Amino acid sequence: MNIHEYQAKEILSAFGIPVPRGRVALTSDQVERAAKEMGGRCVVKAQIYAGGRGKGGGVKLVHHPEQAQDLAKELFGKKLVTPQTGPEGLRVRRILVEEAVEIAREFYLSLTLDRETSRYCLIASAEGGIEIEEVAQKSPEKIHVLSIDPFTGLRPYQARKIALALGLKGSVCEDCVELILNLYRICLEKDCFLVEINPLVVTKAGWLMAMDAKMNFDDNAMFRHREYPDMLDYSQLDTLEINAGKYDLSYIKLRGNIGCMVNGAGLAMATLDVLKEFGGEPANFLDVGGGATREKVAEAFKIILQDNDVKGVFVNIFGGIMRCDVIAQGIIEAANEVNCTLPIVVRMDGSKVEEGKTLLLESGLNVQVGENLGDGAARIVKMLG
Amino acid sequence: MSILLDKDSKVLVQGITGRSGLFHTQQCRDYGTRIVAGVTPGKGGVHIEGIPVFNSVEEAVHYTGATVSMIFVPPPGAADAILEAADAGIDLAVCITEGIPVRDMVLTRRILEGKKMRLVGPNCPGVITPGACKVGIMPGYIHKEGKIGVVSRSGTLTYEAVKQLTEVGLGQSTCVGIGGDPIIGMKFIDVLALFNDDPKTEAVFMIGEIGGGAEEEAAIWIKEHMKKPVAAFIAGVTAPPGKRMGHAGAIITGGKGKAEDKIRVLTECGVHVTPSPTQMGATMMAALKK
Repeated sequence: MNIHEYQAKEILSAFGIPVPRGRVALTSDQVERAAKEMGGRCVVKAQIYAGGRGKGGGVKLVHHPEQAQDLAKELFGKKLVTPQTGPEGLRVRRILVEEAVEIAREFYLSLTLDRETSRYCLIASAEGGIEIEEVAQKSPEKIHVLSIDPFTGLRPYQARKIALALGLKGSVCEDCVELILNLYRICLEKDCFLVEINPLVVTKAGWLMAMDAKMNFDDNAMFRHREYPDMLDYSQLDTLEINAGKYDLSYIKLRGNIGCMVNGAGLAMATLDVLKEFGGEPANFLDVGGGATREKVAEAFKIILQDNDVKGVFVNIFGGIMRCDVIAQGIIEAANEVNCTLPIVVRMDGSKVEEGKTLLLESGLNVQVGENLGDGAARIVKMLG
Repeated sequence: MSILLDKDSKVLVQGITGRSGLFHTQQCRDYGTRIVAGVTPGKGGVHIEGIPVFNSVEEAVHYTGATVSMIFVPPPGAADAILEAADAGIDLAVCITEGIPVRDMVLTRRILEGKKMRLVGPNCPGVITPGACKVGIMPGYIHKEGKIGVVSRSGTLTYEAVKQLTEVGLGQSTCVGIGGDPIIGMKFIDVLALFNDDPKTEAVFMIGEIGGGAEEEAAIWIKEHMKKPVAAFIAGVTAPPGKRMGHAGAIITGGKGKAEDKIRVLTECGVHVTPSPTQMGATMMAALKK
């Protein structure tokens, strides 16, 4: 689960990490007032669930409150496209107005999970900023990575090694040690996949400050963080994705016209691959979960049909232990409920597969049954062709 | 011979009194698995479906001699259940539970370092040695005894692969679903090493997907050590790049994780990779004939 920059900064601040003075605004008038409060000269930052905002024109330094207001008018309601949003972009509904800070030096600092070592790791660099990935590829020696043993946690001497490697000295170096240790505390206490400060700066006045922050929480840890759901900004999510989430379905909108319903993420990806192979274009990725139930199948079907781009549906359920006649009933009920007349191809495997096929073929729906993965994909592409 | 499980494996089930725990316990027993005990704290002393239930894994092991544990404990207590199994001297724990927080698994994996217990999963379909023993939630009927080792990060896609293998006449020695979570117990190379040394396994089919660098790591291991043919499929060639936040992921993986990179590295290391998920069985067959 992603959160906004301003929310991440509130958490940083609560853990003793300095951030610029700022206010969140929901209207351009609020942006103007906040800008006045910051003394006129300030930074206006669009809040969206993606990075690369500076490159997309979502972060700008302004010199007067009126200028802040004009920029806010332009940003609000607009879909901001950045290198990390994809071409559709994300709508701007919240803007962070921050004091302008005089910067002496900039660094990159983050904590994330390293699958290879199965540990959290700290990543730091004295170079990078928005081009950090390029630095990592071209001169990896400039990136400092520290793998953290969960038994010992992050030790002060290790944090100091990183701070010294960044070229910090004296009291700022010790401030940085404390900041890094606090960052690790956040990572554990908030169950983060990612905590990133980019850039971390030393101001001209000589203080460390987190100028931008990104946090991503582990959805699986939701049960011990009641605060998570309240932090979610639904305007940043696709409506259908939100609906799917309510039923514990994993749905991602794509650009084609074949609605897909599959059980299991791996098989769902393979289904998209095979549709493309046969010349079809999937309209979505939808995983109803490994053990598909009748209720989930019915809800998933309705969600797929809410997408107006969908001209046909391909269902691929490898139920295994799940009974196919039950799945078939779920599909028939959902299709009848929403008066679906679109072509449907169902490929099912599991127990009672023949009973399931018979139910479908006698249902009166515009449905065909695929004998296997390839046959199913070929049929739906042909029905739409 | 087979890997991890055979017909004599004594299996206990942690979380046996839960709905899916009990359902799959019955399914496994029907397949022929020797389920000797169940564990649910607070419910020790009762029998469920004729299976004795204990309060702790230690007790269950003491009275039944179980060496394998199948875990269905819900996410908040699942990491603890894995550690309890290790502490009680279990040889193999298969954790089916989906949704364990990463922070819990980071610590769990660290504690398991140097311990003899092998962990498969979490968030996996389990392990099956066809015709002998099933410890997991996969449908037994698609499998057939034979000589192909199967290792996979996926759940239902593994069933698809196994079905295709069976349809082309290739039975399986053992199928291992290692699970799709970021932090898992046994990885591709751990399972490949066992298949390499197993006299009954003649070739291996591997199923990977986008994300992480485990397939690349496996490819290099295969090139250096594997004595048997390996075929593979990688899911997600056409998956669109997702919206993302920040740079840390890209820095730490060094740009690895894309399907085309995995396919390229695997092919370079001598693995027969099929671009189509409809050709998994046929590709294994072709790899055996070379």
